[in-house]
Amino acid sequence: MSLKTLRLIAKTFVVFVLSAILIGLLYWLFAASRWDWLVKYFPLLLRGLWLTVLLWVFSCVLGFILAVPIGLVQVTGPTWLAGIARGFCTVIRGTPLLLQVWLIYYGFGSLFPQIAQYYPAFRQDFMWLIRLDAFWYALFAFTLSFAGYEGEIMRGAFLGVPRGELEAARAFGMSPWKALIRVWLPRAVRLVLPTLAGEVVLQLKSTPLAMTVTVMDLTGVVRNRITQDTYIVYEPLMLLAVIYMCLTFVAVWAFGAVERMVPQKR
Amino acid sequence: MAETAAKLNTDRPVAVRVAGLHKKFGSLEVLKGVSLRAREGEVVSMIGASGSGKSTFLRCINFLEMPTEGEIEVTGETVSLTRHKDGDLHPSDRRQLERIRTRLGMVFQSFNLWQHMTVLQNVIEAPVHVLGLSKAEAVDRAERLLHKVGLFDKRDQYPAFLSGGQQQRAAIARALCMEPKVMLFDEPTSALDPELVGEVLRVIRDLAEEGRTMILVTHEMKFARDVSSHVIYLYKGVIEEEGPPSQVFGAPRSERCRQFVSTIHG
Repeated sequence: MSLKTLRLIAKTFVVFVLSAILIGLLYWLFAASRWDWLVKYFPLLLRGLWLTVLLWVFSCVLGFILAVPIGLVQVTGPTWLAGIARGFCTVIRGTPLLLQVWLIYYGFGSLFPQIAQYYPAFRQDFMWLIRLDAFWYALFAFTLSFAGYEGEIMRGAFLGVPRGELEAARAFGMSPWKALIRVWLPRAVRLVLPTLAGEVVLQLKSTPLAMTVTVMDLTGVVRNRITQDTYIVYEPLMLLAVIYMCLTFVAVWAFGAVERMVPQKR
Repeated sequence: MAETAAKLNTDRPVAVRVAGLHKKFGSLEVLKGVSLRAREGEVVSMIGASGSGKSTFLRCINFLEMPTEGEIEVTGETVSLTRHKDGDLHPSDRRQLERIRTRLGMVFQSFNLWQHMTVLQNVIEAPVHVLGLSKAEAVDRAERLLHKVGLFDKRDQYPAFLSGGQQQRAAIARALCMEPKVMLFDEPTSALDPELVGEVLRVIRDLAEEGRTMILVTHEMKFARDVSSHVIYLYKGVIEEEGPPSQVFGAPRSERCRQFVSTIHG
């Protein structure tokens, strides 16, 4: 048999297998899958989606706000602050996020009831509800995690801005603060925008870990309610996959739009 | 022409006075007591081989480099200095430094335009955010200057899309928009392709003919001879020869200067 015939057979085989998978999927989707649960759980799913988006967006925004000084002091000093920042990044990047979420939830989370045991007044004020809600612990953990990773990226970004542009800022009489706000930071952020987009997408897919500390985010609703109540497994998980993909798409599109605002010459 | 202008200028006020400037990088002494006086309307050119310290000298005038010894006076105001741990003199009053820097328009060898801003944004940046001009006023000023350097139609372009010559002309407009008392040029054509040098020199020549005070570090001997009222030849951190261009280029007393000028002239 010639190589050509072999190739043709291989191609035919691949096409055949792929078609079989596609037909199977379509059959499952239209004939065998069950979606009747969707109506009942729709409000719950919506609430889960909302929590997921909140966790995602706020941990990214707050984390980034923290990351800027963490990156900056590692470049400018003083030495002791740079040391603290570097240490923070090392710890965050060196431990699993799941562990961080647990340590913060079970650590701080059990601290407050103990305090309340000795100081009952601690239980009275309006902050008490916030102290008990797992959402805030998860948000705190995700924020720290994002800050740790992005701090390291921002350090590189600040270093990557050409010295001459900063000298120009100073030479025209800008104060150090103004040079940072007007030139150094915006320039640094634009350098790492593509990296940042990837990190934000990764952060979205870290949020399901909140489920492990009782947060009813999107994954929490699917795993802890829908699949447990109805014993339907694949359909909710497929839906979950599609929703996360849509959110990812939104993020990628948004960052792309921002990137296009300043054309870069390659 | 330039020489007669210089003679008329002798009773004009001094714009920049530098006295006994020393600069050490570690144990290497780059400048060994260099002094300079530029009266209003004068064009002082500094020539010399690479490594003679002429760029360092210029950068000391607006404290992008900190002098080890010496005194600097700009438009009659002496910069107050304090010795730091690194052994160099640093300006003791940041506000005074920033104020004085606004009177010195710096043009760099590598342009150092802010890459995240359009040409127009580059030009109005410091006037708006340092001098506090209204945006409309700054744009007005900037557009006039961009016309003058022949870049009005490029005002909404980003620097990366311009040629080196265009970038340098934009950088000159950026410096002019501060309405500085003195223009400082740090080898403004050294980073340019030969065919782009002319367009930049033309702009600088126009400024000289307008009677602007300028201190110019350059390798363009013919140009320095044409536009300068005073030329300083620097050799290994010391002024080896100085005087009107006819003397430095035509009848130098120093043998080294004679050789340098003749080799470069070719």
